[in-house]
Amino acid sequence: MAYSDKVLDHYNNPRNVGSLDKKAANVGTGMVGAPECGDVMKLQIRVNDESGIIEDAKFKTFGCGSAIASSSLATEWLKGKTVDEALRIKNTDIVNELALPPVKIHCSVLAEDAIKAAISDYRTKQVASVSAKQPELVGQLVA
Amino acid sequence: MKLPIYLDNHATTRMDPRVLDAMLPYFTELYGNAASRNHEFGWAAEVAVDKARKQIADLIGATPKEIIFTSGATESNNLAIKGVAEMYAEKGNHIITAATEHKAVLDTCKKLEKGGCRVTYLPLKADGLIDLDMLRESITDKTILVTIMYANNEIGVIQPIAEIGKICRERGVLFHTDAVQAAGKIPVDVNKDNIDIMSITGHKLYGPKGVGALYVRRKGPRVQITAQMDGGGHERGMRSGTLNVPGIVGLGEACELARKEMPEESKRMAFLRDKLRAKLEAGLDEVFINGSMEHRLPGNLNMSFLYVEGESLLMGINDVAVSSGSACTSATLEPSYVLKALGLGDDLAHSSIRFGIGRFSTEEEIDYVADKLVDVVSKLRELSPLYEMVKEGIDLSTVQWAAH
Repeated sequence: MAYSDKVLDHYNNPRNVGSLDKKAANVGTGMVGAPECGDVMKLQIRVNDESGIIEDAKFKTFGCGSAIASSSLATEWLKGKTVDEALRIKNTDIVNELALPPVKIHCSVLAEDAIKAAISDYRTKQVASVSAKQPELVGQLVA
Repeated sequence: MKLPIYLDNHATTRMDPRVLDAMLPYFTELYGNAASRNHEFGWAAEVAVDKARKQIADLIGATPKEIIFTSGATESNNLAIKGVAEMYAEKGNHIITAATEHKAVLDTCKKLEKGGCRVTYLPLKADGLIDLDMLRESITDKTILVTIMYANNEIGVIQPIAEIGKICRERGVLFHTDAVQAAGKIPVDVNKDNIDIMSITGHKLYGPKGVGALYVRRKGPRVQITAQMDGGGHERGMRSGTLNVPGIVGLGEACELARKEMPEESKRMAFLRDKLRAKLEAGLDEVFINGSMEHRLPGNLNMSFLYVEGESLLMGINDVAVSSGSACTSATLEPSYVLKALGLGDDLAHSSIRFGIGRFSTEEEIDYVADKLVDVVSKLRELSPLYEMVKEGIDLSTVQWAAH
């Protein structure tokens, strides 16, 4: 199978590899996939408490080159976006950017799922940490 | 050293230039039909075919008349299994094979099942060997054929062929073996090994593609198989079709070279294989060998690199030609059924690489491949969330995965 230049570039020079402190309140962690399926993606975001902007994103992926490239690209796109903007990233954007063939579309779906899982984890933590300090604000946040 | 490096010699081998030299005259000068009995062109072709028949027979301890030429191992396997099923239909309809056979055997058996045959697919032990007691217990008075491969194409594990043959002989059941990976690589003797029917092919032993042979025993017992193609009644009526004379000459020459060079060559290949293994095990933790090391082809190594996915690994060693047991590299999207039959989880199967060392492999190439693999696996493990979790002391089997 021939890989697109962009997939090769992300595979050879993956962006934002690493881990953030998963216990921190402003870090969201998403882990999707399963080893027996041949893909596991861990994607993390750190959100600035004041601006609400994703200031850092990291990933680690067990999977084929297209899965590595999809998650690497996702971290690039996440940085600088607000959480709401990040939720608008679609797997089809990743497919188009990386020119993924049909058999590799599931890699982009997994990356979108990882973004959503990380954001969901971040929001859950925010609710928990706010409710500990300022229970009256929880209603507003959840809404 | 030239790149890319070829380490996929179970898929096919480079033809030995000496084989090509032997073949060339039979394309342009000695182009007769071996079945033309009334002129010199035909006689020359027949002489060449007879010589090849002897060269092949000598490699496997057979007599020349027991060699039937075919187009390759797929045809040989089809002819053997379907031919026996049809010829011995009155005696019984039960066939025994193993889960790790080549598709040319498994799919042939499946086809026969649709036609009313009963097939037993023996499971494998964790080391890739079949359980002889289980084989004994599976034989019934309806069993007409046992077909078990000599050596496996993925894990290189060599089955206890002589013992399987002995069991079959005692029970009056024919024994066929697909020996494409074994013939020319390790000593194969149809008499010592109690083999009745055996498939071989040219391109796995440095000969040409598109030509193979089927050994069919002539006495003790005399085996008969029903032809699967109708025509001129060539090859003692078992396989019609004008003989592929240049291909047959090439197969014969390849067999003779293999027979003469096997003692030296197998030592050299085992040395290279063991060196590759030692370097990989020294440079990496969490690697795992698939299949018995003791009963194994000298040129084969099949290893799982835990927590690294096979296709991404192949991508990192794109100047080395090997095969992966991972789903992503094949059209089927299923990880290797051979590795799964050994009881490997999908995760280990996804992380496996098959190395096939051959006659033309050099020590320099092996050093390069080992260093490169250590490098790429290390890099991919830095990327691997699984490796990170294991290093943190997490037992992956206890993790709730979000399967997709």
